Amino acid sequence: MSDSELDAAFFVRWMVAAAAAVEREADRLTELDSAIGDADHGNNMQRGFAAVVKALEADAPTAPGAVLTSAGRQLISTVGGASGPLYGTLLRRSGKTLGDAAQVTRQELRAGLRAGVDAVMQLGGAAPGDKTMLDALVPAVAALETSFEAAAAAAEEGALATVPMRARKGRASYLGERSIGHQDPGATSSALLFATLAEVAA
Amino acid sequence: MKMLINVPETVVTDALRGMAAAHPELVVDAENRVIVRRDAPVADKVALVSGGGSGHEPLHGGFVGPGMLDAACPGEVFTSPVPDQMVRAAAAVDSGNGVLFVVKNYTGDVLNFQMAAELAEDEGLQVASVLVNDDVAVTDSTFTAGRRGTGATLFVEKIAGAAAEEGMPLERVEALARQVVESSRSFGVALSACTTPAKGSPTFDLPAGELELGVGIHGEPGRERRAMMTSHEIADFAVDAILADLQPRLPVLVLVNGMGATPLLELYGFAAEVRRVLDEREVAVARTLVGNYVTSLDMAGCSVTLCQVDGELLRLWEAPVETPALRWGR
Repeated sequence: MSDSELDAAFFVRWMVAAAAAVEREADRLTELDSAIGDADHGNNMQRGFAAVVKALEADAPTAPGAVLTSAGRQLISTVGGASGPLYGTLLRRSGKTLGDAAQVTRQELRAGLRAGVDAVMQLGGAAPGDKTMLDALVPAVAALETSFEAAAAAAEEGALATVPMRARKGRASYLGERSIGHQDPGATSSALLFATLAEVAA
Repeated sequence: MKMLINVPETVVTDALRGMAAAHPELVVDAENRVIVRRDAPVADKVALVSGGGSGHEPLHGGFVGPGMLDAACPGEVFTSPVPDQMVRAAAAVDSGNGVLFVVKNYTGDVLNFQMAAELAEDEGLQVASVLVNDDVAVTDSTFTAGRRGTGATLFVEKIAGAAAEEGMPLERVEALARQVVESSRSFGVALSACTTPAKGSPTFDLPAGELELGVGIHGEPGRERRAMMTSHEIADFAVDAILADLQPRLPVLVLVNGMGATPLLELYGFAAEVRRVLDEREVAVARTLVGNYVTSLDMAGCSVTLCQVDGELLRLWEAPVETPALRWGR
């Protein structure tokens, strides 16, 4: 896909693919969460992305930015926990940064996601290395400079890199040393988001 | 796993329909997940709103009523409610005198209540928030999300609720709530993990003959695992963990709280041991409350919360309260 072809339909396909991936991987996300959290990440993400798809079906936005803001708003209103505000803010801020352009390039999407990731850092007060979704998001957005595939690979690698980390944010942080040795569920769902982005761009 | 449910997806809504049936003194909106005292908004009164994940019953819905909360919003099991619920609750109970959000220190609760406060202020409501963070098991809080909010939530909601009922202004109610937070510490112990309806199996593996020390209320494992101890030993460990952090100069309120699956026979026995330790450490006890108040589904175990109280806090604790789970003096 060339760089100038990312229209609203592309972003809708991305969100639908993300919803399917979350649905498919829900049990795995919950399993990862039960090791260091409270065993609900899969269900929560499933509920949120189902609402995203429903909202996009009911009212199809005509701009990429509007697709992401709508999706973000749905996640905030339906997910709860930390994932709702954090994923919601990621997509909403990204969408707002894209504005109402009818088409965006990969580089513009990267700039939008960069703004979204910054907003997530500000809201949650976390940084890469804290064993959170940021460990997948930050390298993925950097690699989006190169290609969608590179971004997906960087996100996956980032999620795997959380295994030896000690959690410093969120519920896993209460386990201290005992959080070491488990992959972070938030970084894992973030990797899914970038895997599906590469999938729909292919 | 056997549970008295239909399907995991409707557990929270079904429970709210039951609350509505049992408590006509409350308005229970099962669809939007907001529980409001029927006479709200109460004229000239600061409104108290709290909420958090379900699975901790009677917290918070069971504490809605005169002398305590004006509204509660329950989230999914162990998942914080969403901002829409909180804004709806705040709008329903605000009498124009402001709203105090009582928030337990968990990332999800903090973020959602923060968003809700901004949205409510956009709608012209005056909102203040108090963060409950009483759990001494979280020691190195610079490397974590900070101390968890657990049993002290009951003390905050009761005492701030009484202050609001007396007609104190928002700044004063908020200041008293903060004083309760600063004066309270908790420590929890699990004898078994809990099972969430969605997962259907225990959230962590705790072999027979072992216990977890320093657990929170979400089925997350604790800080340390040991061979099973007696009630006497657990009381020593829990109370000493609290006293290492809080050296009360004033008498304390004591909450001996069950996690959901420990019978009152055991909780009262444990309360006797807690009283013994406090007597040995020369800590004066003002009042003791024993029961299942801040639970963790079917987790077996207990927590201890101490709150040192001056004359005014004790008076507000003693003030009348009339809610499904806590009532006296009326």
